[in-house]
Amino acid sequence: MAASAGPEIERLIGLLSKLPGLGPRSARRAALALLKRREQLLLPLSDALSEAAARVKTCQVCGSLDTQDPCAICADPARDGTLICVVEEVGALWAMERAGAFRGRYHVLGGLLSALDGVGPDALRIGPLVSRAAEEGVREVILALPATVDGQTTAHYLADRLAGAGVSVTMLARGVPVGGELDWLDDGTIAQAMRARRPA
Amino acid sequence: MTATALIRLSLTDFRSYEACALELDGRPVWLAGPNGAGKTNLLEAVSFLIPGRGLRGSGLAEVGRRMPGEKVGRAWAVSALVRAGDDEVRLGTGVEQPGAARRIVRVDGEPAPPGRLAEHVRQVWLTPAQDRLFLEGAADRRRFFDRLVFAAEPQHAAHVAAYEKSMRERMRLLTDGPADPAWLDALEARLAEAGTLMAEARARTLAALAAEIGTRGERPFPQARLSLTGDWERMAGEGVDFAEIEARLAKALAAARERDGAAGRALTGPHRGDLSVIHAEKDRAAAECSTGEQKALILNLVLAQAARLARAEGQPAPLLLLDEVAAHLDSRRRAALFDEIEALGLQAFLTGTDEMLFEGLAGRAQGFRAETSGLASIG
Ligand SMILES: Nc1ncnc2c1ncn2[C@@H]1O[C@H](COP(=O)(O)OP(=O)(O)O)[C@@H](O)[C@H]1O
Ligand SMILES: [Mg+2]
Ligand SMILES: [Zn+2]
Repeated sequence: MAASAGPEIERLIGLLSKLPGLGPRSARRAALALLKRREQLLLPLSDALSEAAARVKTCQVCGSLDTQDPCAICADPARDGTLICVVEEVGALWAMERAGAFRGRYHVLGGLLSALDGVGPDALRIGPLVSRAAEEGVREVILALPATVDGQTTAHYLADRLAGAGVSVTMLARGVPVGGELDWLDDGTIAQAMRARRPA
Repeated sequence: MTATALIRLSLTDFRSYEACALELDGRPVWLAGPNGAGKTNLLEAVSFLIPGRGLRGSGLAEVGRRMPGEKVGRAWAVSALVRAGDDEVRLGTGVEQPGAARRIVRVDGEPAPPGRLAEHVRQVWLTPAQDRLFLEGAADRRRFFDRLVFAAEPQHAAHVAAYEKSMRERMRLLTDGPADPAWLDALEARLAEAGTLMAEARARTLAALAAEIGTRGERPFPQARLSLTGDWERMAGEGVDFAEIEARLAKALAAARERDGAAGRALTGPHRGDLSVIHAEKDRAAAECSTGEQKALILNLVLAQAARLARAEGQPAPLLLLDEVAAHLDSRRRAALFDEIEALGLQAFLTGTDEMLFEGLAGRAQGFRAETSGLASIG
């Protein structure tokens, strides 16, 4: 790239370009937008970032992110403690919550098994899941994982590990992905998949 | 004519074409011109109207137009207006930035996953790359046959992809560890499921093709006796039920862990299957037939699949891409090919170096002369 923007701005661009969905070009655009709108964007964003950094933590129970630990969902006595829904990432938990299709508790795995990407069972929150499932009062573990090879392999693996925990293990209904794309984390689809769950 | 056809096709910065737009009327299309004029490039552009990597299997950066010395191709686009009966749909595909890793697809202007293209367009093709099909390894024949299956059942591609990915995952565990049995079980379950789906789809296409070829006797193309020689396809062909094949495949994989790990590849599974083609009249394996006979055998397979899909209800009729096929046929077979294409009512795209090859299509097709400067309609 020609004409460097100075080390502070380059650092900002470099960090922005690490965000998902942003390449070097859009990071440049984003940096410029921030710098041009100092009062409306840059300073509030900077405050929001420090606040999030200081206050947001990982829930020791389910692995979700919140300003309290246990998180609001784990702490909510109105949620159904007999059901645990296993999701890959916090983003999937948020999508489930948006759809309003589930009233139980969650467990965030933190990824999917993938030998090629070097993600093994030890890198995921599997041990804590097995302990939670074995706790008294838990009736069903619902595996809400993607319909990809990694997602389904992980689901199969978890079903195996949960076999002795005395809970029923179910999976969301999945469609047949054409070309491997299935965006089931979509409005009504989630609710439907949740109703049509089947034994894993 | 009601079969699926492209009625407008435009290329932007695709291979040798800076900009090119063709108005088509649904009849077969032939392209004549010297070597390097861009005939195959045009067929390749059409082949991006279905999911996959096109008929050359090229990378996305390769197909964008490049000037001499440029390494990465430009952003490119192929768009088409597709007519099926009374319906029309606008398909577009390409990359928005040079070097982009994924191609984008639009259906009637809306972004869509590439898999959606198969709802509107199916294709079968024959290219010079397949001339040595019977002489080379099984992998090429598998790929060729899987393409025919894919034209009938687009989800076959997803099953093949899932199978291959699971196979690579399993191989990594077997060679680099950890040899976690539960993890291997989970991967082998995926392999068994996807592999059984693959084997069944192949067996279905094989049976349908054999039946189709059997009913199409009186033609100047050699009849072929087809079989799939892989264990799993054979089981599927014999009607063993899904759960049984799946269980046996999972068991075979579990038993072969050590051996597969040592070999560095999986030694059983539908990725090892092969297609056997026998020239029926001569009772001779295709590999032992003359070059011309081999070409005619493959063409007959492709035509049989096209004929079968042309009749299939509730799915698009296939486009037929025949690159440099006409020149390999004697005049009797060439005339029979043209008659057959017309009888099927399919939009075929044919190429050849000489206009004379297409004389037999006069009045029944649209012809274009390909020159380095572009395409010129010649009626
Ligand atoms: N990415 C590209 N950009 C520009 N030209 C290309 C590109 N890829 C191939 N070509 C040119 O296209 C020509 C080959 O066209 P092709 O369609 O294969 O010819 P034919 O008419 O013989 O089938 C060659 O001259 C080649 O240089
Ligand atoms: Mg060519
Ligand atoms: Zn929690």
